[in-house]
Amino acid sequence: MRWKNDELRGWGGALKTQATLARPERHSALKATLQDTPCPAIGARRSYGDANLATHAIDMTRLDRFISFDKETGLLEAEAGVTIADMLNTFAPMGFMPATMPGTGFATLGGCIANDVHGKNHHLAGSFGQHVESLVLMGADGKSQRISLKSKPKLFRATIGGLGQTGVIISARLHLAKCPAGRMVVHERRMEDLDAFLDAFNASRADFQVGWLDMTAKGIHMGRGIMEEAHFSHDRYIRPKKARAVPFNAPGFAMSRPVVKAFNWLYYKRVPEDGRDVERPLHKFFFPLDGIRHWNRLYGKRGFHQFQCVLPDDEAPATLPLMLEAVASSGLASPLSVLKRLGHGRGGMMSFPMEGFTLAVDIVNRSAAKGLLARLNELARHAGGRVYLAKDSSLEAAYLPDMYPELADFRAEVEKADPSRAFATDLVNRLNVRG
Amino acid sequence: MQGSPTPNKWIILGATSAIARAFARQCAEQGASLLLLGRDLPELKRIAADCAVRGALDAQAMALDARKPGQFQAIIERLKTSSDILNAAVFVGSMPEQAAIDADPGLIDGVVQDSFTGPARFLHLLAPLLEERGKGTIIGVGSVAGDRGRVGNYVYGAAKAGFATYLSGLRNRLGRKGVHVITVKPGFVDTSMTWGIEGMFLVASPEDIAASLHKAVVKKRNVVYTPFFWRYIMLIIRLIPEFIFKKLSI
Repeated sequence: MRWKNDELRGWGGALKTQATLARPERHSALKATLQDTPCPAIGARRSYGDANLATHAIDMTRLDRFISFDKETGLLEAEAGVTIADMLNTFAPMGFMPATMPGTGFATLGGCIANDVHGKNHHLAGSFGQHVESLVLMGADGKSQRISLKSKPKLFRATIGGLGQTGVIISARLHLAKCPAGRMVVHERRMEDLDAFLDAFNASRADFQVGWLDMTAKGIHMGRGIMEEAHFSHDRYIRPKKARAVPFNAPGFAMSRPVVKAFNWLYYKRVPEDGRDVERPLHKFFFPLDGIRHWNRLYGKRGFHQFQCVLPDDEAPATLPLMLEAVASSGLASPLSVLKRLGHGRGGMMSFPMEGFTLAVDIVNRSAAKGLLARLNELARHAGGRVYLAKDSSLEAAYLPDMYPELADFRAEVEKADPSRAFATDLVNRLNVRG
Repeated sequence: MQGSPTPNKWIILGATSAIARAFARQCAEQGASLLLLGRDLPELKRIAADCAVRGALDAQAMALDARKPGQFQAIIERLKTSSDILNAAVFVGSMPEQAAIDADPGLIDGVVQDSFTGPARFLHLLAPLLEERGKGTIIGVGSVAGDRGRVGNYVYGAAKAGFATYLSGLRNRLGRKGVHVITVKPGFVDTSMTWGIEGMFLVASPEDIAASLHKAVVKKRNVVYTPFFWRYIMLIIRLIPEFIFKKLSI
């Protein structure tokens, strides 16, 4: 196996490392590579911080074959490098889709399992890992085993959301959900402030829910945004066309305060005062940013951080205003800020979801970002909340045990699965995840 | 009322290569039948399973080594019983580093067998079947390396040049019988062959190359450079006079 020297970056681009990468195209090459140089597996590199960074890594994106599919039950077996968009494109015409999908279709099956991702239907469908029936895990010695919640409950729960620490996820069997139509009817309405937003989420019965927040709004407008509630329409699925790309890094002023403020104002006002219904193809609703490849370049060379936390229901109304205030006054907000209701569903020991509200904010990587992120992390911890490791670039290692109550069990299980610590990534080292 | 149209069967030689995989997938999505040939049978079976899930009418895998022409006839016999429209795409080839060849000139035979004589012998056995049916397409993948001998990989280039000339003759023969032959010359493609090699530029994805092959089939193109701009790059390289070219190491 030839190795390639390349700079590895998180999707946010604020963290990076010089890495040596292998990209096997065959199962046998993967095994040989791992036996020769045990190191973490990475997928489509859509984690924002350093969850996918390491000095040696195996790129899994070429091991992307479907293995089998049962058209009656919707049980799919696929290699870890298959992407979410590939699954949607292939199975939607047959009436199936992944039971829950992250905000980008570029994410791989392996990555979705290793980060136990969630989607806009988390309150109903739970997290991605909860739909995984079993998976094949390869250890640093190149030996693989099939594990499930039944056969190896601890190892399985350490693998779902386990950041790749228990071994390389080779393939998985998962239950797809019925996909009744190729388009969504999306009801959009303005939310005047945070209270209105939280009330709307608590009252909503929609299958799919997501809120866009104007993080530049202050004072009485703080927390205003657009609530989107969606259900399936009836038309058939049409494959998306190839996306346009942002060709190069944008100049620094593209994400400056006045530009973002103006953009957000327009984005808010585009929805009429009394709301509206719009129809969107599935991929546009679920992966709104995938239509522009390399959109992260809009943040310029220095990149950005994404902060995402979940706050328990009883703390969210008090803590969210403090977070919004901190971001708005920093002037580092970007147009990409999302508020969402999460249910209790979680598939693994290190899974992110808990019942409550989740806030995700993109923060331009200027010098003040560090202080702001520290403040947001502290607020999340204080509220009994949790920061999402797939996004993280700034957490304090000391906060981890509070935020992830099953950390000790996870550490014990990982120690057994990978005693030589071959699969540790930059994030795992930075946050002392393995103890 | 018309019956359903006769399905296309694509016979793919060297089906484990990244471009071949992408090509096979796109065939599967169009509902074609597939016969995947290559040396790594477990891997071929994985690709066949993938194609079956993606909509292939049928996807079979069989072992074939370009250096063992004794195996070819059995495959041809099997194809004789098929009533599908037969098409073939040849992706086989090998490119050891020139330094390895310089150290062991014995490697040259293998390169020529993998990239030229092996596939040529297979196509020569297959051609009468297509000729007899009067339809079908053959795609032969050559390389821009075959357009001019360069210090870095001239053994591989020579084999690919031989294959390109063979395809030109085959096109001349089969064209008059309703069978179309396409010579494809890809530039740099993002595969395991180019992974980690310094100095790659304008690297195309296997999916884009595969899509351009499908387009060439529909448009009945003869010689295709892909991505298209390689036609102009190679035009310039071919125009450099030999007395200058011999001093260059491009």
